[in-house]
Amino acid sequence: MTDTDANTPRRKSSLLELDARTRKRNAAETRFKVYGLIAVGIGLAFLLALMVAIISNGTRAFTQTFITVEMTLTAEEIEAAEASVLKTGKYKEMVGTAIETALGRAGIDTDMDQKTLLLMLSSSAGADLRDYVLANPEMLDQPLTFDFLASSRVDGYLKGRVTRESLSEDKNLDAAHLDLVDQMRDAGIVERRFNWRFITGADASESRPEAAGMGLSMIGSLFMMLVVLACALPIGVAASIYLEEFAPKNRFTDLIEVNISNLAAVPSIVFGILGLAVFIQVAHLPQSAPLVGGLTLTLMTLPTIVISTRASLKAVPPSIRDAALGVGASKMQATFHHVLPLAMPGILTGTIIGLAQALGETAPLLLIGMVGFIATNAPETLADGFLAPNSAMPAQIYEWAKRADPAYYERAWGGIIILLVFLLAMNFVAILLRRRFERRW
Amino acid sequence: MPAQWTLIAVLAIAVAGYFLGRSRALGRAGGDIRQLHSLPGYYGYNVALTGLVPALLVLGVWSFLRMRGVTAGGTFVPTLLILAVSLGLTFLALSRTGPAFRARNAVERGILWLLIGAASIAILTTLGIVLSLIFNTVEFFRLYPAADFFFGTVWQPSFGGGSSLGILPLLWGTLYISAIALAVAVPIGLFAAFYLSEYAGPKFRAIAKPLLEVLAGIPTIVYGLFALLTVGPLLLTVFGPEGASWMQGGTAVMTAGLVMGIMLIPFVSSLSDDIINAVPQAMRDGSLGLGATKSETVRHVVLPAALPGIVGAILLAASRAIGETMIVVLGAGAAARLSLNPFDAMTTVTAKIVSQLTGDSDFSSPEALVAFSLGMTLFVITLGLNVLALYIVRKYREQYE
Amino acid sequence: MKDTTVTERAVQMDDIKISARGVQVYYGDNHAIKDVNVDIADKTVTAFIGPSGCGKSTFLRCLNRMNDTIDVCRVEGDILLDGEDIYDRRVDPVQLRAKVGMVFQKPNPFPKSIYDNVAYGPRIHGLARNKADLDEIVEKALRRGAIWDEVKDRLHAPGTGLSGGQQQRLCIARAVATEPEVLLMDEPCSALDPIATAQVEELIDELRTRYSVVIVTHSMQQAARVSQRTAFFHLGNLVEYGDTDQIFTNPEDSRTEAYISGRIG
Repeated sequence: MTDTDANTPRRKSSLLELDARTRKRNAAETRFKVYGLIAVGIGLAFLLALMVAIISNGTRAFTQTFITVEMTLTAEEIEAAEASVLKTGKYKEMVGTAIETALGRAGIDTDMDQKTLLLMLSSSAGADLRDYVLANPEMLDQPLTFDFLASSRVDGYLKGRVTRESLSEDKNLDAAHLDLVDQMRDAGIVERRFNWRFITGADASESRPEAAGMGLSMIGSLFMMLVVLACALPIGVAASIYLEEFAPKNRFTDLIEVNISNLAAVPSIVFGILGLAVFIQVAHLPQSAPLVGGLTLTLMTLPTIVISTRASLKAVPPSIRDAALGVGASKMQATFHHVLPLAMPGILTGTIIGLAQALGETAPLLLIGMVGFIATNAPETLADGFLAPNSAMPAQIYEWAKRADPAYYERAWGGIIILLVFLLAMNFVAILLRRRFERRW
Repeated sequence: MPAQWTLIAVLAIAVAGYFLGRSRALGRAGGDIRQLHSLPGYYGYNVALTGLVPALLVLGVWSFLRMRGVTAGGTFVPTLLILAVSLGLTFLALSRTGPAFRARNAVERGILWLLIGAASIAILTTLGIVLSLIFNTVEFFRLYPAADFFFGTVWQPSFGGGSSLGILPLLWGTLYISAIALAVAVPIGLFAAFYLSEYAGPKFRAIAKPLLEVLAGIPTIVYGLFALLTVGPLLLTVFGPEGASWMQGGTAVMTAGLVMGIMLIPFVSSLSDDIINAVPQAMRDGSLGLGATKSETVRHVVLPAALPGIVGAILLAASRAIGETMIVVLGAGAAARLSLNPFDAMTTVTAKIVSQLTGDSDFSSPEALVAFSLGMTLFVITLGLNVLALYIVRKYREQYE
Repeated sequence: MKDTTVTERAVQMDDIKISARGVQVYYGDNHAIKDVNVDIADKTVTAFIGPSGCGKSTFLRCLNRMNDTIDVCRVEGDILLDGEDIYDRRVDPVQLRAKVGMVFQKPNPFPKSIYDNVAYGPRIHGLARNKADLDEIVEKALRRGAIWDEVKDRLHAPGTGLSGGQQQRLCIARAVATEPEVLLMDEPCSALDPIATAQVEELIDELRTRYSVVIVTHSMQQAARVSQRTAFFHLGNLVEYGDTDQIFTNPEDSRTEAYISGRIG
């Protein structure tokens, strides 16, 4: 081709026919588009798989198998039991007798002795009965109906987790127990019901998964969130106001800016190390306390809150500031009387999202000891709530996941449902706030 | 708790100071607020803050010392000191209160210092991280040779002493898992970002984008459990002894990497989406106007233009992957191992920080202190990646502004 | 200067290249172009003038279906290129745009080298058999874009490093590299200084020897300087279309006269 051939007719091709190359290019176009769609599809499929795994495994944790027996306890019996060395052992015998009676009444024949029968119950059955009787002495000498927690194996059998084959190596329960459970279920003695204890109760020892609950760790999380809210919100807002409204452009301000953007990307476990070193090693605050957890999470959440608060402050148009300054308000007055109230919905939204992030965080809590079987009773005073050792929801879930028992796995999934419900609620509130108060300038 | 009562007393003095300051200012102006330099409330705040803030500082220092076990002077002397500071400064401020005193300026100066103090917490946090890591790391290297730590290929802590604490197997596990995570997240995230920003209709986008971002809001403990109880067993049935027999147990590099990849998909896709949207429309028009198809425009024009930003996003994702803890603690296994097989169980820097610092160890044995050196290594690596990524992204933003 | 161009560049300009019949364009509910009929001749510079928002750019973007990229935009009527309806179902806009090139208001070089900018079109359309071929195409395009001498020593420098006027000529070279038959220019000089504008105008006049050029401009002086035919748009209507000399000296419609004398727009 040379420059002179320009006036000669060019290759004529009709627009109405696709040439081979265009067809090939269009195929490449379609392929590319399909890849993109597949990528989005994979992402959504993962989300779906995650949700299915959580719901299918976790909902079972909210029901529990109970063995219901009627029994009449006499004051003499109780006195005798309280006087003996092995108190709960005596109570266990009472439970065993009651079960034998219940079986007889239902017309179920069994050649098991009391001890073997009791294996179907949670090992805390005796203690539970004792707690109840001591708390309700007025129920003595009259018939009462008591719901005993079935052991996790029996519970697993009713939930389909435990089969006769899987019990072949179990040293406690065997197939004969399960046959008996079938009969008891038909007689209405064994029943699977909604389990409030899972939501309100405390963690239990490794051998009693049927008794473990999320309640105390929820309280631990609540106290931590109170600390985070009380520290992170004022500090975060104050820091943002300074950086956005007052800070001169100098080295010091730059240093703060760089620090904040880097802290936002520092791995959470490093904040755990910080919390361990500063609050426990140096300041000698009590280990495993929600106060320490809350302070650690505060430091972790601050950058998030500062970044979102600054964005909402920035969104307030300068004309508002000018108007306030124009009528003789000081810069501080303009900020606190006009800019801050206008930015408040955005700040609250950002804070809630930061709190949600802190609520789900696990790694730093492991380092400051908020994990493991610690608390059995709810804190009695406010100070105890902050300072007494406790766990938190995600740490509790981690603890259960580590126990390598299918019955605890089920509870870990159930705990995740509770955690996600909280997160969902917080995000929902944040979205509502944004919808309700969003302002377009 | 004397500290609580002291606190309440100091707060009560501040409240009283507010009302006294206010009424004194009004009184000295003869009840005519026009005579005053500032609004009466500012005189009150001035008195209250002058008494409150220094007293609270002293109280804070005292509580800190008590926590450390210093009980010199009992409780009586410090309490007296705090109350004296509070009362003395309150009276000083009251004596200065008068119509000519510039109370608003004084209060605003005080508040400004409080704001600066709040902003400085970011610096203090970084300083706290760096110092706590450095002190303990130095302590560790006094007990254990640094060269053995950095170049040792065996990780075998034994709390009875004589541990081998080489970081290399942990770094290898960390990098291997992160590489698998990125290999999952980057292609899926990028293609999803391109599809959502260039092809998807507004309705599809409005549904798919937030749904994908839900993946980013799920706590990592959930992913950890998902890896341990769902993905691990699933992989085991395919690659385990009954399948391809590459895998011995459910926890493996592949399990953790795969799940971490899922977690990072929305991270890559939403960052990339922002960056792709920052490429000017004029650039796309130029390409489409020449007869390029959309995919050609994306591959030859948008991608190169957005590349620095996307690289920055990937670096941030890598930093996330390296610092991720719960997924690897639950999904990767506990054995420190230098192996090429992605179906082997391996462990990471973060997982070992957790295992060395939980339990009843005192903080003076090398087995516990090593966690701080691991933390230091982790901090330096992620900080380097973050700084580099932020620098690249900022440079990229400037290009189009 | 006008004289010499007329004598030197007298070319056959009777062939009708594009013919538009009853074109309507809607942006959502907004009726942006109302029943436009126009014939655009080959080897001619046709200028679209009119006040801002009159639809001239919209109409221009219909001619190579750039409006397809806007979701809410709907085009009705027939636009024929060499007798073929470009909105026919069988027409691929990709193939159409190779024939009808476009230069935009703001210079928009890709963030690539000068060479790669120009080679982009030929590469995607597969116009070169080998590297030597491509080199030749790039050089020819840069020569036609009247920028070869300025960039021949730095073909691999980034295109974004050029001055505004050079960038725009690079974009023109990029557009002609795909051997289009029609060149659409959307206010190509609005972002340029007067000297660069003069260079680009000179170039447009040269391009007329090979292509049908359609230029949208808000400058009446520019329309008078570079075009042979002028169309005046007002509120989405094509008010008047004729020889440039006639439009500027003796407009038939009172609105055209008002616009030219500066009373509307």
